[in-house]
Amino acid sequence: MSKKDSAPKFDRRKFLAAAAVAGAGSAVKPAQAAPTATEPPPRVPSALPPNERVASAETDVPNIPPYSTEHARPGSDFMVDVIKSLDIKYSPSNPASSYRAFHESLIDYGKNAMPEFLTCTHEEVGVGIAHGYYKIANKPLMTTCHGTVGLMHATMNIYNAFCDHAPVLVFAGNDMDAAYRPPGVPTIHSAQDINAIVRDYTKWDDTPVSAQHFAQSVVRAYQIMTTPPCAPVVISLDDGLATEPIKDYGQALYIPKFVPAAPPAGEQGAVREAARLLANAEHPVIVADRAVNTQKGMNLLVQLAELLQAPLVRQRARLNFPTTHPLGRPAAVIAQADVILGLELTDYWDTVNKFTDNNHEGIGSFGTRVKPGTKLISISAQSLLTKSNYQEFERFQSVDVPITGDVEATLPALIEALKAAIPDSRKDAMTKRGEAIKEAHAKAREATKQLAAIAWDASPISTARLCMELYGQIKDLDWSMVPSSGNVSGWPTRLWPMDKAYQFTGTSGGYGVGWGAPASVGGALANRDEGRFSVSIQSDGDLMYAPGALWTAARHKIPLLAVMHNNRGYHQEVMHIQRLANFRDRNPNVGNDLAPIGTSIMNPDIEYHKLAESMGWWAKGPIKDPADLGPALKEAVAVVKSGQPALLNVWTQPR
Amino acid sequence: MMKVRVQFVLAAVAASVAFGQAASADPSADNGQAEFVKHGCWQCHGFQGQGSVASSGGRVIANTQLPFEAFKAYVRNPSGAMPPFHAEMISDSALADIYAYLESRPKPQPAKDIPLLNGLSSK
Repeated sequence: MSKKDSAPKFDRRKFLAAAAVAGAGSAVKPAQAAPTATEPPPRVPSALPPNERVASAETDVPNIPPYSTEHARPGSDFMVDVIKSLDIKYSPSNPASSYRAFHESLIDYGKNAMPEFLTCTHEEVGVGIAHGYYKIANKPLMTTCHGTVGLMHATMNIYNAFCDHAPVLVFAGNDMDAAYRPPGVPTIHSAQDINAIVRDYTKWDDTPVSAQHFAQSVVRAYQIMTTPPCAPVVISLDDGLATEPIKDYGQALYIPKFVPAAPPAGEQGAVREAARLLANAEHPVIVADRAVNTQKGMNLLVQLAELLQAPLVRQRARLNFPTTHPLGRPAAVIAQADVILGLELTDYWDTVNKFTDNNHEGIGSFGTRVKPGTKLISISAQSLLTKSNYQEFERFQSVDVPITGDVEATLPALIEALKAAIPDSRKDAMTKRGEAIKEAHAKAREATKQLAAIAWDASPISTARLCMELYGQIKDLDWSMVPSSGNVSGWPTRLWPMDKAYQFTGTSGGYGVGWGAPASVGGALANRDEGRFSVSIQSDGDLMYAPGALWTAARHKIPLLAVMHNNRGYHQEVMHIQRLANFRDRNPNVGNDLAPIGTSIMNPDIEYHKLAESMGWWAKGPIKDPADLGPALKEAVAVVKSGQPALLNVWTQPR
Repeated sequence: MMKVRVQFVLAAVAASVAFGQAASADPSADNGQAEFVKHGCWQCHGFQGQGSVASSGGRVIANTQLPFEAFKAYVRNPSGAMPPFHAEMISDSALADIYAYLESRPKPQPAKDIPLLNGLSSK
């Protein structure tokens, strides 16, 4: 490996550190002089020295051996200690020479625990597993990528996590010193600013150039990514720094203590104004999207809806609200609203407006979903995560009361303000409103059940039958539908009783295909540690982007029941090509397939069950007769309960 | 071969005569099934016309209550997200066969007679 100790003897870092310490000492001295009777009281300095607690938080070293150059220990050992201080449980990663020193320290010096290295077959899988894990466990994982090429592999799922406001600690292996790094491939895989690859869709990044710098950067990164709005961060991991013996530049190395930051909450005046509008509304509607990540947050939303006796519309990024709650209503109620409270909406514009992709020559038309004069309130931390290039912030919607803040952190104040704002004279009307909503909810639920009965015996199997056969086999277990990809017309959230936040964790955020399989493995990993049963509905197109995720699940004994929604096509694209052909008055060319050329996944049909078997899964299929589905599921559930992953390849209706 | 006689309501017959576009006198549900697949109707409506909240706005077209002429008028000039299927793409006769196919779909059982659905709470 590169030898950088041949650098000039003058140590610039040591010189600067010594100068800084001297300066700090002289700055503090004047405040220590006692005032005399004739002198004015001393001016309070604009910056005070840290108190004992703060100093301790900054400098406490968590039970690790002291570092000095005498030990000649590699920098990567210190890096592992830094990571261990953050309580990160797993590192799902693809191995790579660009971080070989770090890898070696992780498994040997670090004993492959906290974090445990999970072998992944692609960097996109590593990030997807970390994202899926967070959605269940509410704790971030780390992943390490192989130089430029590995970070490029990881990009799509980093973007998904960014759009979903999910933290992932990404390390990018790099070898920065061009004078000493090996020529050839390692140089091709290095970059002067490797983080630039993902800077547009990460919350923060840094390129530490010393061991102490690494410690500060990583702890800072962890704090930044876990403070709402959460998002991935990336740290360039210099292989030279990791390989060389630790240099302390004359000061003992330390690991700053991580202290979680309080999340940003909405400003009180704006919260009170929101409460006033909601309390006096005839038809308030709550809409929740990336709103709450925890059970506590979901309980707060229930409290809010019940206090207001208002319908709550669940969008798709989180479960947010129990599916069994009678105040849960579909998006159609937005049309009746006079006040709308949008909670961390990915797309407020599309919530109150609509786009129809069906106008002359295929150019869509726009319209409103709400009545004139409807007041709009927003609680969102989105504006605290502003980047310009990628358009995940969606179309701009002007809002009457925009409140910048985290929803979970703001809800307690909103609930209290609402209690104070609801006049006694309105309470009877609100109770009646609630009763009407509950009645509508019950009627809609019966209608939904009847819709599920249509095509019940069809082959390919209807998505409603698929979901209900599955629910029939897991309903008595402590189950969790892990993040997955199958678009099955929302039957699980429409019919399955869900009242725990981990039972449904929502979409990928960026809708990048190739997320479902790894994210479901990550979710199942989190559930495994809690003793829960994990189930996913896995779409065919998604699985083929990153099928290696299956191997990681088998290799690391992560039990997961993956039930395939195999409609044998990229079905969204099937419909898009048909739509464009219709606009042009011509039938699309389907070749020898059912769907337009380029959109089918058939001829040959992929035998996903054999694919899964080849990677150590129990698997069965293809299942085409709905009568065969229940017994196959029963077998698969037994396998998963024994600790193995299992996959059923089910041929399904398109949606 | 299953044959389904399409029942027109009086107004629909009048409309079809007025526009000079009488459909096939003897539509075929079997042929309609082939046309339903060939023209991609299954893509949004499902192979049984069961529909989906994700692709047909939740609308079910199996056993549709629409008379044929209203059905045809909507297919030719839809008002929502469905793209139009003009006569250049699909003939009146093929549409009549598709209509027959949709009308021939088995009526669903009541949800209360399906244990997996009946077992769900009503809440």
